[in-house]
Amino acid sequence: MAAPLSVEVEFGGGAELLFDGVKKHQVTLPGQEEPWDIRNLLVWIKKNLLKERPELFIQGDSVRPGILVLVNDADWELLGELDYQLQDRDSILFISTLHGG
Amino acid sequence: MPSAGEAWRDCFRAFYIHKFRAVLGKNRLIFPGEKVLLAWSGGPSSSSMVWQVLEGLSRDSAKRLRFVPGVVYVDGTCPVVSTRRLRRVAPRTWPYPILGSPVVMIPFCLHLEGAACGQSREDRAKTLSDVKRILQTLGFPWHVVTLEEVFALPPSVLRCSAPEPVGTVGTYKVAVDSFLQQQHTLEAEGVGDSPSSAQGEAQPSQPCTQDPQDLAEPPPAAQTEALSRLFDSVKTLTAKEELLQTLRTHLILHVARTHGYSKVMTGDSCTRLAIKLMTSLALGRGAFLAWDTGFSDERHGDVVVVRPMREHTLKEVAFYNRLFAVPSVFTPAIDTKAPEKASIHRLMEGFLLRLQAQFPSTVSTVYRTSEKLVKAPRDGCASGPRCLLCMCSLDVDTADSATAFGAQTQDFSQMQPPTPLAEAGAPTVPCRSAEVGRAPNCCQGTRPCRREDSRARVIKQLCYGCRVNMKDVPSLDPLPPYILAEAQLRSQRLSPEIQEYLLENSDDKAHTSGSGAWGPPEQEGKDGQTVCDCINKNIFN
Repeated sequence: MAAPLSVEVEFGGGAELLFDGVKKHQVTLPGQEEPWDIRNLLVWIKKNLLKERPELFIQGDSVRPGILVLVNDADWELLGELDYQLQDRDSILFISTLHGG
Repeated sequence: MPSAGEAWRDCFRAFYIHKFRAVLGKNRLIFPGEKVLLAWSGGPSSSSMVWQVLEGLSRDSAKRLRFVPGVVYVDGTCPVVSTRRLRRVAPRTWPYPILGSPVVMIPFCLHLEGAACGQSREDRAKTLSDVKRILQTLGFPWHVVTLEEVFALPPSVLRCSAPEPVGTVGTYKVAVDSFLQQQHTLEAEGVGDSPSSAQGEAQPSQPCTQDPQDLAEPPPAAQTEALSRLFDSVKTLTAKEELLQTLRTHLILHVARTHGYSKVMTGDSCTRLAIKLMTSLALGRGAFLAWDTGFSDERHGDVVVVRPMREHTLKEVAFYNRLFAVPSVFTPAIDTKAPEKASIHRLMEGFLLRLQAQFPSTVSTVYRTSEKLVKAPRDGCASGPRCLLCMCSLDVDTADSATAFGAQTQDFSQMQPPTPLAEAGAPTVPCRSAEVGRAPNCCQGTRPCRREDSRARVIKQLCYGCRVNMKDVPSLDPLPPYILAEAQLRSQRLSPEIQEYLLENSDDKAHTSGSGAWGPPEQEGKDGQTVCDCINKNIFN
């Protein structure tokens, strides 16, 4: 049983366009059976934050290739990617590298 | 990159900066004191590049960069107003009840939206003020140009100017040594040691100069509409992107030439260049890969385009920008939120990045391949004809029409119904075949030849890749006038050569010097589609 978590979700590099232009979201994730990890977070984001065009952000159960994920300013690849378990007051940043040049 | 500790940030930063310097140093193309224009799009890669240059010029940099930079920003590079978007946006921006008919809505929305897609005039102004704020902090000369200014470009921008004598390694070393010596002398004399004063020229005391065409006012609505009209007329997103890239290149080239910059730096990253390589192949630009993706691109002659960010991946750029707070301005582009298969560019990007996710060496492999491409030897600017739009040497045989390719590219099935032509000067000449005798596939004297002439004239002067793009542009009329003017000039230059082939006939001579639309006489008989060839036929038969 996971306690509710308070995390900051941030979008950059153009990804914010899919979230009504809002870059920073202070989010409280409800308590649930399974612990919160990035995989669940993505599902939650898709259901609650994503305003349009889910295929431009999520592909399968992960993010679309070209979108970087940083957890507390560290590359998520070092933390287990989708399996990283979220902790209270984590900061998750999604940067789209696909836009601009 | 380890997540623990802070030391890795310094290490990463040192590595990142080193790569930038190494690319510049390895190629030795930028001489001390040279004026270099930084093409800044507001995006992450070019912002990072500008930041690198800024840091490189700072006083406490151990090996200070020695060139003299300026920055150019092209505003309004999103000139698409699609009908679908109009319907969605209109209710928000136009308070009056919207009538159902799209014919009623569009004129209103064009006026409000301006040239930028999804961007209202207010958004565009806001972006511009963000841009200017950043530019003012940089401390070197900056120029902001709007895309609408392509309508004011002179035809000379499409001409390759004679290049400056290329320096060899020996010359580079000599130049660097003499520059350093000059520096020491000036410092000894007590003159300030900023890079600009060491140049010896009278640099403006406030380096934040602005382009004389002040952008306090937005560009005239007529030009904005003309731009929208041009891009709306292009049928596919692929062609739109290519056209946009072409126009933007011409604009930046013009700024560089006007202000005396001999180099232009663009922020193309490793990832982008790998995608560009594959996309160019798909677009039929295989002959020019070395120029399109290499470190230096000398196709314009006097202005050389260099790509110092080509060793940095997009991921590194994004990390660096985040960690070291590099300012950038986000602007929606022509392909923002476009679906996966909307254009060849999007498709290729998706393909490469998906592959990269599973095989992390994909991008670097493609990129390394691009490094191995060798440019075909060339003896200088004037050898051979150049493409009108991309300015690479033509990779098609201009006289070629005997092959299936030749017949394909002369596609006159897209002939437009006649409308009044805006071209000044020569009067419309009806097709001669009506007088001399009917020829097949001729317009039969019912309408003027000139529209087909002008399209054929332009197509003949394009490389294969650009010709393929032009197939998606049904009418050349909305193109900026400098393109059509240059096409006309070039074909007129050809006509004296074929004068000798034509019979002495005062009427025909007048017509020849007027339009000059036909190719060499060998084409006659092989290409029954050319309307004016029917005149040729009638003369020779």
